[in-house]
Amino acid sequence: MIFLQRTLPLSIAFLVGMIGILTYYIPVWQDMEETFATWLRIIFAFSFLLGIYSLLHLHWNRIRRRNPGWGYSAFVYIGFGLTFLFAAYNDGKWFLEPQAEGGGLRWMFRYVQVPCQATMFSILAFFIASAAYRTFRARTPEAVILLIAAVLMMLGRVPIGAYIYEGLPTFAQWLMAVPNMAAKRGILLGVSLGGIATSLRIIFGIERSYLGGGEA
Amino acid sequence: MSRLLLCLLTLLPLVAHAQADLLLPSEIRASDAPDDTGGRITVTWRRTASEGPAISYVVSVAESEQGPYYRAAEVNSGSGFLTDAPAEFGRRASNADYHYAHVETYKVPADSARFETRAIQKGRVYYLKLSVTDGQRTVEAPTAVSASALANWFNWAKLNNFILGTTFSILILAFITVARRNPNLYIRKIAGLDAIEEALGRATEMGKPVLFIHGLAGMDSISTIAAVNILGRVARRTAAYDTQLRVSTNDPIVMAVSQEVVKEAYLDAGRPDAYNPDHVFMAAADQFSYAAALEGMMTRERPATNILMGYFYAESLLLSETGASIGAIQIAGTDSYTQLPFFVTTCDYTLMGEELYAASAYLAREPKLMGSLKGQDYGKAFLILVLVLGTLLATLGYNGITYMFTSY
Repeated sequence: MIFLQRTLPLSIAFLVGMIGILTYYIPVWQDMEETFATWLRIIFAFSFLLGIYSLLHLHWNRIRRRNPGWGYSAFVYIGFGLTFLFAAYNDGKWFLEPQAEGGGLRWMFRYVQVPCQATMFSILAFFIASAAYRTFRARTPEAVILLIAAVLMMLGRVPIGAYIYEGLPTFAQWLMAVPNMAAKRGILLGVSLGGIATSLRIIFGIERSYLGGGEA
Repeated sequence: MSRLLLCLLTLLPLVAHAQADLLLPSEIRASDAPDDTGGRITVTWRRTASEGPAISYVVSVAESEQGPYYRAAEVNSGSGFLTDAPAEFGRRASNADYHYAHVETYKVPADSARFETRAIQKGRVYYLKLSVTDGQRTVEAPTAVSASALANWFNWAKLNNFILGTTFSILILAFITVARRNPNLYIRKIAGLDAIEEALGRATEMGKPVLFIHGLAGMDSISTIAAVNILGRVARRTAAYDTQLRVSTNDPIVMAVSQEVVKEAYLDAGRPDAYNPDHVFMAAADQFSYAAALEGMMTRERPATNILMGYFYAESLLLSETGASIGAIQIAGTDSYTQLPFFVTTCDYTLMGEELYAASAYLAREPKLMGSLKGQDYGKAFLILVLVLGTLLATLGYNGITYMFTSY
């Protein structure tokens, strides 16, 4: 059991990890990288069935027990059912043919899903305003710097900023191009090195949390 | 007569000059193109003194020395120097005197109207000829050069990357070995990770659930692996405190791994009865559907603690601002630098970039994990030193360090 739960997964992780690193430097093996990527897509497609089962099971239990908000779970079933039906019907060609351009599935995507996504995305504008209102209060030195930088950036990006002071847009540009870029690159440097260290720990079996259970 | 002679004497140099324009280059060589998977041949030649804007070189290829030769590449005399491809040809000063052309395909007439494109095949010998043209006249080299395309076993352009990567890896593994002998390594305080205990205690006191939110990346992302690590610790605590834990994912594989991690954590804490697989679920696969589902859950169930760990995109502010509006204590951790400002402004604690990766070492305090953090820090110190030195030297006109660290 230990072999299946620990030894085999760790060996696979080591082998695949080393191949992944070496294919970056060995051109002859680059086809292997594409093969692995294809295998990953196939595995992901099958694993999606797990996710669909989890989703439907969770919402079915909510409907069955009449948990608060069970109506939303009913919507999940209605939405899933309709989408599946349209996808399977495929504008009369059924599911063995490539997806039709003008079918019901495309209609639902274009006129239901995309507007809903756009609506969610547009809420961000209001959330940014409320987050800014809460955060930009000069209580600490850092907050003061953040407030001043944010005000200068916002003014520098709108026409009235240039009207107030003609150098403001240039200053806003400099703020993004120099201090902000420096901070971003500093974070990226740390993230890159941290990524290498974590990857090495996973490849050599030092980090085992992803296997589930027991100490890392 | 004397006027005629004068005209001839004036025109003769011009004619001679026009005839001398089309000089054949010397040192024509063909070889396998370096650092590739095969299917390319490189032809190089020395530039001539008579190059001009109208002059170009044409490379023709044949499958046998006798021909027929088919046009494969054309290089204008003002471009295609070896200095344009330092990854393949290096940075010697003499590179400015040589042209190159890569030959990957050539067009063969299929019939009177169509051409068929053929690719260079690996392992097959091809014959190449170079000709010079000014658009009106063409002069072809009398002899052909030959080469075959091969797949290479090492990409020499990435040698600097290989050396640095290997050195850094050895450094980390060395520090892991050192840490086994000296386990008392210092690691600075990370407020976000220390606050997890406090946040879980708050949820227990209020009798409300803890909501753990994974990012949008899959199990192949390091931030997701780090998040799963933190989830294991959180699950152990919630099992011990008998606090409800909800874990949301948007990826089925992450969901399966999270279920396993939470189940084992509850088992370790002696509370297998408290584990409910429905509490670790896939909320939605789509980005904004995921955000909408979680916002709805936060508004209805009002968790006391939100833990957002992983790689996030635009939904980060939607989730964290909703969590802030319901009064939950929020701890976020992400390596997505574009979303860090949103988390910093809306969450109580934020783990930035590598702090998220350090979580496993920080929480477990295992010597092996701490040793890798130490090695990582030394690697960072080295890079900072190189940055400062390289910037200074580049300012003074010496680009050696810049070239040493250029990525191809």
